[in-house]
Amino acid sequence: MIATHLPILQVILPLIMAPIALILRNPRAVWMLTLLVTWVAFSISLALLMQVLDSGTIIYQIGGWGAPWGIEYVLDKVGAFVLVIVSAIGSIVMAYARRSVEAEIPEDRIYLFYTMFLLCLTGLLGIVITGDIFNLFVFLEISSLSSYVMISLGKDRRALTAAYRYLIMGTIGATFYIIGVGLLYMMTGTLNMADISTLIPSVADSRTIRTSMAFLTVGVCLKLALFPLHLWLPNAYTYAPSVVTAFLAATATKVAVYILIRIVFTLFGSISILKGLDVQNILMALAIIAMFAASIIAIYQDNMKRMFAYSSVAQIGYIILGISFASQVGVAAGIIHLFNHAIIKCAIFMGLGCIALRVGGVSVKDIHGLGYRMPWTMAAIVVCGLGLIGIPMTVGFISKWYLVRAAFEHDMWPVATLIVLSSLLAIIYVWRIVEAAYLRPSPQGAKPISEPPLSMLLSLWALTLASIYFGVDATNTLNIALDAAGALLNGGLK
Amino acid sequence: MSSEITIQAALITPLIGAVLIAFSGRWPNLRETITLVTATILFVLVASLYPEIMAGGRPSLVIGEMLPGFSIAFTVEPLGLIFACIASFLWIINSLYSIGYMRANNEKNQTRFYVCFAIALTCTMAIAFSGNMMTLFIFYEALTLCTYPLVTHAGTDKAKKSGRVYLGILLSTSIGFLFLAIVWTWLIAGTLDFTPGGILEGKTSTFIIGVLLALYMFGIGKAALMPFHRWLPAAMVAPTPVSALLHAVAVVKAGVFTVVKVVVYIFGFDFLSGLGSTDWLLYVSGFTILAASIIALRQDNLKRRLAYSTISQLSYVVMATAILAPLSIVGAALHIAVHAFGKITLFFAAGSIYTAAHKTEVSQLDGIGRRMPWTMGAFAIGALSMIGVPPTAGFISKWYILHGALDSGQMLAVAVVIASTLLNAGYFLPIIYAAFFKKPKDNSDDDHGEAPLAIVITLCVTAAATVLLFFFPGLLLELARQLI
Repeated sequence: MIATHLPILQVILPLIMAPIALILRNPRAVWMLTLLVTWVAFSISLALLMQVLDSGTIIYQIGGWGAPWGIEYVLDKVGAFVLVIVSAIGSIVMAYARRSVEAEIPEDRIYLFYTMFLLCLTGLLGIVITGDIFNLFVFLEISSLSSYVMISLGKDRRALTAAYRYLIMGTIGATFYIIGVGLLYMMTGTLNMADISTLIPSVADSRTIRTSMAFLTVGVCLKLALFPLHLWLPNAYTYAPSVVTAFLAATATKVAVYILIRIVFTLFGSISILKGLDVQNILMALAIIAMFAASIIAIYQDNMKRMFAYSSVAQIGYIILGISFASQVGVAAGIIHLFNHAIIKCAIFMGLGCIALRVGGVSVKDIHGLGYRMPWTMAAIVVCGLGLIGIPMTVGFISKWYLVRAAFEHDMWPVATLIVLSSLLAIIYVWRIVEAAYLRPSPQGAKPISEPPLSMLLSLWALTLASIYFGVDATNTLNIALDAAGALLNGGLK
Repeated sequence: MSSEITIQAALITPLIGAVLIAFSGRWPNLRETITLVTATILFVLVASLYPEIMAGGRPSLVIGEMLPGFSIAFTVEPLGLIFACIASFLWIINSLYSIGYMRANNEKNQTRFYVCFAIALTCTMAIAFSGNMMTLFIFYEALTLCTYPLVTHAGTDKAKKSGRVYLGILLSTSIGFLFLAIVWTWLIAGTLDFTPGGILEGKTSTFIIGVLLALYMFGIGKAALMPFHRWLPAAMVAPTPVSALLHAVAVVKAGVFTVVKVVVYIFGFDFLSGLGSTDWLLYVSGFTILAASIIALRQDNLKRRLAYSTISQLSYVVMATAILAPLSIVGAALHIAVHAFGKITLFFAAGSIYTAAHKTEVSQLDGIGRRMPWTMGAFAIGALSMIGVPPTAGFISKWYILHGALDSGQMLAVAVVIASTLLNAGYFLPIIYAAFFKKPKDNSDDDHGEAPLAIVITLCVTAAATVLLFFFPGLLLELARQLI
């Protein structure tokens, strides 16, 4: 009985708990509640993934109203996979959060943080599971608004301007998205994704549809921070509380990528916009520019949060590059890198959170000699850094292998060369950190510091070990990604 | 014990050793005992595979599927066994030497040093036994990373700069060229398994084969083919035991080992010689041999001179492979082993001189042979082996390489070998002459004797092995002949 209602439970549970958190107020109690919710959500998403892998796409009609009049939740393999990523990251981040939040957010606002976190989780999970483009907009706004609030909770006062900037850019993105939705509705008279994808071929050859497509794509690219629409991201990641950065870096942009996948392969899947309208070339060019430009900027950053924020922009480039190939291997590479990068980046920002807690700052000069003073934390960051470079036996290698393979399969060997060249840039910024932490002496008179609290260290290492495990035994995750990509290319939701 | 379990044990032993060493850091004697015991067990395990390989067996072990269609798999074949035997045997001796060297020089972070060493040996074993290109690549990269802390061991600015060169060149060649070559090979051939006769024949155009070969040869940066050789002199900043075992044996031999593996088991010997597009490799390796020797002539720092000599000797292996004659491949395999013994002796001697006399430059060595007769005697034997003078082992491999070159009419290769022999003599003989026959320049700080006993014993052992290998090359030779 309950199993059939899992899709709605997935979304409604954090939504209901958010106001309860508001009522509870006690920081410890609210944290416990949020932790519980995230782990239940994670279990639900795993159950849903099993269900989808066993018996195919799940369709859930809200309130029993049939589509296209009612709202439908639709969960296929890509969706189920992304759900697991988001809820898994959420649950690990919560295990990590308590001590870091206590240190970085004023005590009287802690319950607000957890409330916003629950809302943000609701939004992100809802985006993934819904099969209705307007409902998606609603969830998009829930997640965005709550993340603006979370970013503004940062200790540094610049967090406010960063959040404000994100608010402006994010709202432009969302507005573009809703304009696109409106135009689509005008032409097809429906908001249901499956419905739209069947109706689209009959109206495809119109300026309205093309305009709608442009609005949708640009709007979503703003949210996912595709170069050069990434300008909100570095400051937001830098000044947000460590926990928020770790969570958003691993989920928010990834879910936005998921929306792009839905637009490209589901809504417009039947008219293949990538190949037909030069969208492929535009996306590919921007992705490659992102890979290089953002990596080069990252090399010159002294604040490590900002460094890895730019690195995120570069990594999003890899994901979009994979998708822009529009072949099974390419899209699978994009999806698998989405998963891999979520693990790596979340772990790195968690590690930086540990450093912020113990040292007080996260610039490169703050970590001189830290390899000997916080050996476990630094080791985790270095291992994840190797993952960013794409060293074998880390998840990054798997992504790189599939991306290069996709490039070769399309006979685009210059692109393959560019992929490996840009990954060499990651060596430079990762090694700046290695040299600072291991080959420079600790500053004179540095106060003795210890490793972070066990809850933080264990969460950090859980993700770090995951980044190795899924780099050595990638068969299962890759098979899911390949299946999902295959299903997407064959017309999406069916 | 079935050979599958032996392979497993050989891979795991040094890893367990590394963990135990890490935990016994507080008790140096226990720590060093663990290193020695681990090394000995490893050698016994590897050597116990010999009879089966000689009988034509190719035991293999599949660990598991990493990506759909790719397994981490190990297969023991003659070349890998030669490499593994040499590396594990010299690890025992080198560990003994390290104890003497590290303690006499009061080096810091000795636990980290021994841990990284054991991990490096794990990677070396995995490379030697790897059953497909993917497995080899994984451990090839791991070897680069786990030797980085050894290169930057001193923690000085100079060590940091050298570490950058080391890592920069090795990682960018392997990611930039080798990785591309491997993905491409897989797409063309559909497999990456090391197969006798190669996997590429008849699958693609001659042009692409040529491009792939270039990607492989320059991608294997550890083989130090010019212009990607700079990392090796840079690595000399490491403590001498590291230069001795890793940068004369394990790491660099992993490079040329991969070269031979790729040529024999990926491209296929007959296939390549039929194409005739490998001439450029002869030129490049020949050029590297001569150019590195000429640079070595002008180095005053002893370890740097040895490093350039290594670059030159590595290209012997590459050139011998590029000749593509059966005998020269045997020569290549022999040279991997023979050069290891000679060069490790030379590095041991260099470290011995540094420990006892604190001298690093060639020009300071006048008359040192009288104070350190054992060290300089061993040095002389190692040097003669580099030149290829009987009765040292260096003669054997050179003989096979020359034989192969003459058989296939590669007069250029013959000329290179002769010219480089003269050059080798040119940069080694003056050192020996100065050490034994010149008068010391000033006697103020020369009141030293031989280095600690552990050091002297080990360098005598490797020097003796260099000579013994000339008189009793049987085991090695038979193994190498299995290749063709």
